[in-house]
Amino acid sequence: MLSLPMFKRPAPVWPDYLARRAGEARDPRLAELFAATSQLTPEMPIGEAPMVAMDMETTGLDERRHAIVSIGLVPFSLGRIRLAERRYWVVRPPRPLVRQSVAFHRITDSEIEHAPDLDEILDALLAALAGRLVVVHYRHIERPFLDAAVQARRGESLRFPMIDTMSLEARIHRQSLWARFRRWIGRPPVSIRLHNSRERYGLPPYQSHHALIDALATAELLQAQIAARHQPDTPISQLWS
Amino acid sequence: MDIELLEIREQLARFAPFDSLSDEHLDSVAGRIEVAYFKAGSDILRLDDPVEDLYYIRSGAVEIYWRNGELFNRLSEGDIFGHFSLLRNRKVRFPAKALEDTLIYFIPGDVFHELCEHDEHFADFVEFGRPRLKAAVEEQHKSNDMMMTRVRKLVSRCPLMVEESASVQQVARQMNEENVSSALVLSTDEGDPRYQFSDPNGQSWTLQGIVTDQDLRNRVLAEGRSVSTPVGEIVSSKLISVQSDKSVHEAMLAMLRNNVHHLPVLYRRRPMGVLHLSDIIRYETHSSLYLVSNIFHQPDAMGLARLKPDVREAFVRMVEEGANSHMVGSALSTIGRSFTRRLLELAEEELGPPPVPYCFMALGSMARNEQSIVTDQDNALILDDSFDPARHDDYFATLAKRVSDGLDACGYPYCKGDVMATNRQWRQPLSVWKGYFSDWIDQPRPEHLLHSSIFFDLDSVHGEEAFVEQLQDLVASKASQSPLFLAAMARNALGRTPPLGFFRTFVMEKDGKQNNTINIKRRGTAPMVDLIRAHALACGSRAQNSFERLDDIANTQLLPAGTGDKIRYAFEFMSMVRIRHQAIDLQEDQEPDNNIAPSNVSDSERHHLKDAFQLLSNAQKFLKFRYPMPSRR
Repeated sequence: MLSLPMFKRPAPVWPDYLARRAGEARDPRLAELFAATSQLTPEMPIGEAPMVAMDMETTGLDERRHAIVSIGLVPFSLGRIRLAERRYWVVRPPRPLVRQSVAFHRITDSEIEHAPDLDEILDALLAALAGRLVVVHYRHIERPFLDAAVQARRGESLRFPMIDTMSLEARIHRQSLWARFRRWIGRPPVSIRLHNSRERYGLPPYQSHHALIDALATAELLQAQIAARHQPDTPISQLWS
Repeated sequence: MDIELLEIREQLARFAPFDSLSDEHLDSVAGRIEVAYFKAGSDILRLDDPVEDLYYIRSGAVEIYWRNGELFNRLSEGDIFGHFSLLRNRKVRFPAKALEDTLIYFIPGDVFHELCEHDEHFADFVEFGRPRLKAAVEEQHKSNDMMMTRVRKLVSRCPLMVEESASVQQVARQMNEENVSSALVLSTDEGDPRYQFSDPNGQSWTLQGIVTDQDLRNRVLAEGRSVSTPVGEIVSSKLISVQSDKSVHEAMLAMLRNNVHHLPVLYRRRPMGVLHLSDIIRYETHSSLYLVSNIFHQPDAMGLARLKPDVREAFVRMVEEGANSHMVGSALSTIGRSFTRRLLELAEEELGPPPVPYCFMALGSMARNEQSIVTDQDNALILDDSFDPARHDDYFATLAKRVSDGLDACGYPYCKGDVMATNRQWRQPLSVWKGYFSDWIDQPRPEHLLHSSIFFDLDSVHGEEAFVEQLQDLVASKASQSPLFLAAMARNALGRTPPLGFFRTFVMEKDGKQNNTINIKRRGTAPMVDLIRAHALACGSRAQNSFERLDDIANTQLLPAGTGDKIRYAFEFMSMVRIRHQAIDLQEDQEPDNNIAPSNVSDSERHHLKDAFQLLSNAQKFLKFRYPMPSRR
């Protein structure tokens, strides 16, 4: 397949940002996270990077109106996904749930009723993310929701570098010359949703849509993407955003 | 156990050896796995790497190599590797490479060792030292054992589940549509915490109880309730259930103690099926010999032919009841002999008494007591030496034809090689027969013997048994003394070889070629029979049955210690696969044959068959070495 990047993306200046936030943050847990994560240098080969796959279920797509209901984490490296170290939380959104989203997320009222507020698990979540490169599929959910939730509870913002497996797929299937050619001849765009992306690498389907299983699915997808399109010594700055 | 890992747990539980783990062990494996992706063509295990985990193929395909780079095995979803090295704490001796894009689950060494320690079946499966084939054969025989079998093995379908608000009529209709005799009644209220669970959509439910056919009769119709009564109202308050990893024995006790015929089966708190009394009764063996007595009561050949479906039914029942190949083989041979004898009796009634004494002789599988449901007739007539062809042969030719036609009508088609008493060559006086056998043994030519090996499985069916016994004596005393004859028999036993094993929906040949089906008789059981016969002839055994021959062989030094048992297990396993597949064909209203489509082979069968093929292949190599062609006569 043809794969020509259309333009060089400007590398975000993550190390500077993280170092600055580490100094400024008032919340000690946030400060620790920024300090630890600033150790991920742009040159670090992906094969050596400690990573953690993260997935969230939310009540909707707008972080201003909707809330997080569950978070799944699976720590991994390029060589191994360590399911034994998985973390999973159900949290109670501040606003009552709408019935619709319950059906979608398969988490029930009673489950959520007994769940803690995100604030209660936040320290454990931050500790699990600290010093790791976070991997998500479609960062425009995880990043703004986490940021908004932390802002609301600790009064500070939380942003850090993420590898977005969906944008890695998009680079190949949406932005390449081949993709533009396909669009030009009127072919539908290739799906870059998690399930369809996995299929292209021969990864098996998972039936459930659950934050932990989707985090696992994302970790597997990144391993496959690196094996197919990159090298273990590819610097992480070429992959994060 | 976290509900979120259910999917991984269920994936593991599909395949041996994980399929027989307790729920608790399965959970601990699922929670501890590690995962990695390997692109097609990449190395998974390199020679001399340390091995710290068991490798489980979640998806994709893997090739395992010998140290010298030759292909050892090709594995796919659900297969495991790395266990040989792991067990011996050794470095990689069989390197592995991804043939396709592959996802591997790693099961950490400590989890693996714990399983080996606590689960005998798992240990048997992974241990090279203890042949897992032996374990599999014993497992087959134990499959009747109610103490051993877990309840979940008997559950064949998901339960019908209804909400308590549904009307009894709706429930009855659903039970009718799904053809079940019970339904589980669920409530959204929080009830007994032991029966609360969430469905795959995350909805939480409480299992309230079970409603059965009988309840609909006794509590609705008999009490004159309306068809719109909510089913929740007729459910009894006391719920008796059983956990999925309890034994069948325990389930039976629960039914007896509580006087119930239906038992909801739960995995933890989630219902996974309903066990009915009949599921348990099906597990009890009860052999019926009614068929044989029925054969002897038939007044004519037509009546006998009408019993053909009964034979098939009896066969399927025996298989379902867990009979081993020896039991099935001898039962079917007994039935076959009964048909033959009854046909002879009927012919004699019509044609009058025989002019000279005779013995009707069975050859091949019937003589070995190893008949299957797919078999043709192989028989011959030994006549008294006072036989005068001019005066007597019309009688015996007619007799032979009656039997042969009758057997054909009963489901035993004519022998394609014309080894039947209707063939004048095989309808001869005893002295001529002795000449035949002496010739075969004294002047063996492999090509000559190729079609005669069937005569070395011989037994009497009707008439003068002594005639066949004299031939059996002759063979037993002469064969072992003739190295040339043994070499020729051994060479013929090598003509048909087993495949390497299975890969997905193909049969893997040793040269890497893949075929769509395998004839399990031609490529498995028949070469094994030939091989056992060759050894039996060498040790002067008079036995005809392969297992009895193996007993005789075991009393000699012909085979290295332990080999006889391995051959026995491999033969039993291959025979059972053949038998089971024929039973499945019959259940699906298909004409049974000896062909097996690999897609119909279960995963554990696939593993064990591979072992059995390997064993046959090794035994064939040994046979060639043990009975070499003498260079000079």
